[in-house]
Amino acid sequence: MSSVAVIDYGMGNLHSIAKALQHADSSVNVQIVSDKNAIQKADRVVFPGVGAIRDCMSALQQTGLAEVISEIAGQRPLLGICLGMQALLSESEENDHTQCLDLIPGKVVHFADGLRGDDGEVLKIPHMGWNQVKQASHPLWANIPQFSRFYFVHSYYAVPAQQQYLSASSFYPDEFACALAKDNIFAVQFHPEKSQTMGLQLLKNFLHWDGQV
Amino acid sequence: MGLAKRIIPCLDVDNGRVVKGVQFVDIRDAGDPVEVARRYDKEGADEITFLDITATHDNRDTIVHVVEQVASEVFIPLTVGGGIRTVDDIRTMLNAGADKVGINSAAVFNPDFVREAAEKFGSQCIVVAIDAKQTGENQWEIFTHGGRKPTGIDAIEWAKQMVDYGAGEILLTSMDRDGTREGFDLVLTRKISEAVSVPVIASGGVGNLDHLAEGVLQGKADAVLAASIFHFAEYSVEQAKKHMQSQGIEVRL
Repeated sequence: MSSVAVIDYGMGNLHSIAKALQHADSSVNVQIVSDKNAIQKADRVVFPGVGAIRDCMSALQQTGLAEVISEIAGQRPLLGICLGMQALLSESEENDHTQCLDLIPGKVVHFADGLRGDDGEVLKIPHMGWNQVKQASHPLWANIPQFSRFYFVHSYYAVPAQQQYLSASSFYPDEFACALAKDNIFAVQFHPEKSQTMGLQLLKNFLHWDGQV
Repeated sequence: MGLAKRIIPCLDVDNGRVVKGVQFVDIRDAGDPVEVARRYDKEGADEITFLDITATHDNRDTIVHVVEQVASEVFIPLTVGGGIRTVDDIRTMLNAGADKVGINSAAVFNPDFVREAAEKFGSQCIVVAIDAKQTGENQWEIFTHGGRKPTGIDAIEWAKQMVDYGAGEILLTSMDRDGTREGFDLVLTRKISEAVSVPVIASGGVGNLDHLAEGVLQGKADAVLAASIFHFAEYSVEQAKKHMQSQGIEVRL
């Protein structure tokens, strides 16, 4: 039986993601864990997160989990979700610039103020709701139609240093990166655990992914 | 290409059953909340909101069990409102599987509660529910106790203040329209939507599918919430989305 560890470092509610992983594949052993050894033993690791980046980074430093995530990033399939994705980049402009894990070169920036949609109306921040996702080729998009909608809620987004890390983008109103891929790391800005059928398919793909592209 | 406008069916839950009252009286039973939520999810609901109207504190556990059950099989955002008064209430609901909580009268009695909640759990899970009634031309006031008690607080100013305090979303209910099936208060909805930077959910008064489309097109709402038109299978969520799409509104189908 393969296992997946959902990293618990005190940032947000992990029940949704754990339940969704279990629903995506009932044969997988899903654990919510904060213990370093347990995380190290899992076949795959999910790194979720909501909230502010500074709190997230200090929780990771204090618990020693920052190191563990960096180690796993070179070994086994790792899925970053929402703030968990943002934390994988080099730095974020949130909270007066916060140094992040630097596992994917790039930065995290805030949506500009006063953005307007096609009809001229001011776009709301946070970007909240179901938006279409334009995929690049990657095993995690298997059986997910191009331009499927996923559920987002965020005010910051990732800007990868190189195009090669871009695995999907979305539009609000300009194109922005909503999924990144680098070796055995995959990271999404949206919430697959809240994106119904398509989200569950993406989680299932992750649970069957060997980390190869 | 872009963000879809959301349709959010709302389940008013009393002692573990879905009910819908006309202006909060004359309650009709509409079934088991878990079954109803399952149906809405299949029909393509973008989120589901549970409003706990159970009067007695002793029976509050019922809604927690409902949320737990729904969250284990429905993978879209879930919001729970009604009786959220403390940080512990919020934690209980989030642990049960809710993604957001709706704070209503507790915000009116103690606005700092919203600030505290947003700091603790993040703005993304704090929805401030505003019950407003028109009190004059271009004037709306916040009411509590199911629309019976005026507070003297201006609805638009209140919405702005709640966003400043950390509300991630505003759920706006017109108490004049709630249960009437005459459509949203479009003027109020538009004023609030244009006054705040966060998404606004229009609520109160939906009687047909045109009302939903009007909420977005004229009310400038980011999401529309309705209860009774979906409960009694008068319309399905899918029908509602197709209708909105036919009016040029971007939806998730």
